[in-house]
Amino acid sequence: MIMSWEIMRAYLPLYAKALLLVLKIGWIGIALAILIGVGCSMIRHFKIPVLQRLVSVYIELFRNTPLLVQLFFLYFGLPKLGLDIDAEVCGALGLALLGGAYMAEAFRSGLEAVEPIQMESALSLGMSRRQAFLHVVLPQAISISVPAFVANIIFLIKETSVFSAISLMDLMFTAKDLIGLYYKTGECLTLLVIFYLIILLPVSIVGSLVERRLRYAGFGD
Amino acid sequence: MVLIMADELVKIDHMTKKYDENTIIEDLSLTIHEGEVVVIVGPSGCGKSTLLRCINGLEPIQGGSITFRGESIDGKSKHINEIRQRIGMVFQSYELFPHKTILQNITLAPIMVQKRKKGEVEKEAEELLSRVGLLEKKDSFPRQLSGGQKQRVAIVRALCMHPEVLLFDEVTAALDPEMVREVLEVLLSLAEQGRTMVIVTHEMSFAKAVADRVVFLDHGEIVEEGRPVDFFEHPKTERAQKFLNTFTYDKVEKAK
Repeated sequence: MIMSWEIMRAYLPLYAKALLLVLKIGWIGIALAILIGVGCSMIRHFKIPVLQRLVSVYIELFRNTPLLVQLFFLYFGLPKLGLDIDAEVCGALGLALLGGAYMAEAFRSGLEAVEPIQMESALSLGMSRRQAFLHVVLPQAISISVPAFVANIIFLIKETSVFSAISLMDLMFTAKDLIGLYYKTGECLTLLVIFYLIILLPVSIVGSLVERRLRYAGFGD
Repeated sequence: MVLIMADELVKIDHMTKKYDENTIIEDLSLTIHEGEVVVIVGPSGCGKSTLLRCINGLEPIQGGSITFRGESIDGKSKHINEIRQRIGMVFQSYELFPHKTILQNITLAPIMVQKRKKGEVEKEAEELLSRVGLLEKKDSFPRQLSGGQKQRVAIVRALCMHPEVLLFDEVTAALDPEMVREVLEVLLSLAEQGRTMVIVTHEMSFAKAVADRVVFLDHGEIVEEGRPVDFFEHPKTERAQKFLNTFTYDKVEKAK
């Protein structure tokens, strides 16, 4: 198969536009996912009554259903309830809700990995529970969770490939559309792979740098 | 200053500690006086460590009371943080904060909890570190230190809060034999300074050297207590004799 550089270059602006869309929705969705995840794991960690139950239901619901189904519900279901929702908002929201459930689990295991005696050690120095949590338990839990967070971020960005189902012109949509129009399958798919790598490789690299830095900073023997 | 109170630092009065149905400590009374070094010995599982944890309000008690200078020690009370500042505790597993440097480990609580000036606390921390021979480690992280070094840092961290009593929970039990001494020497020098200390240990010769009073605990009760010479040379109870015997070995008589 001979690929035409000319064609690929002609498609480039369309892919670049899709890339920006993925970055925009991805960034907002992931930031929200981290907020939701940290919030939910705190609720579970501190065993806040009622909310704790709701959080468990939320996590199980969103971890065990595909993003595509969640997006359909948001995109086609919410308008029926009178909530008119923009496709981009819908995409970001779907990503945030799915990601939130995964981030909550990742962060919870980080919190659980900090030995309770670390808390006691801080208390024995006269710290309040709040101070001990914020200054001793939380920083350790965060650095323990970083690898799982990075894995989740990569997973979530890859999940944006189903956005085309709610008519968002993401990378996957662009590729499929162009193939349908011009039958330049090889070029389109190659560009698709390249553009996903452009987004994800930096995430991976920065992620492992952060992980290594945290490890050097104080963990392991 | 109330003179009657001054002498009695920690007073444990008919205290009972249970885990669910299991009674760990039953009806135990013990008073720690100012300037006194009390060593608690006893077989594993006798409740020694639990007792120390109760003195620091880390464990709820089910009966009796524990007071520090007349103030009740209760993990749930509002004053507990203030009381804990005056009671230093060193754990068997050091429990330094892995994400902080040695200096930060020591200065975190004095700066945050006691609102002392950073410069002043750091100066004191450095002075204390140099006294235990670890000044050059101040910017290292705990993982870069040996067990003995970590434990000396943990002691300095407790000291920097200016506690009125220090609790040591088997502080050498996790250490390699050659590191035990470097830690125990720090404890000996603290005893020489007249610090009030409660030490739980399995190091009998150290207990003998450092203690003003030895308390022998078995099955959650005080079986015997007294001066170290009396306890180690002439234990009165059979249980104490049996316990002390586990540390000595008879010469093996080989069959010819």
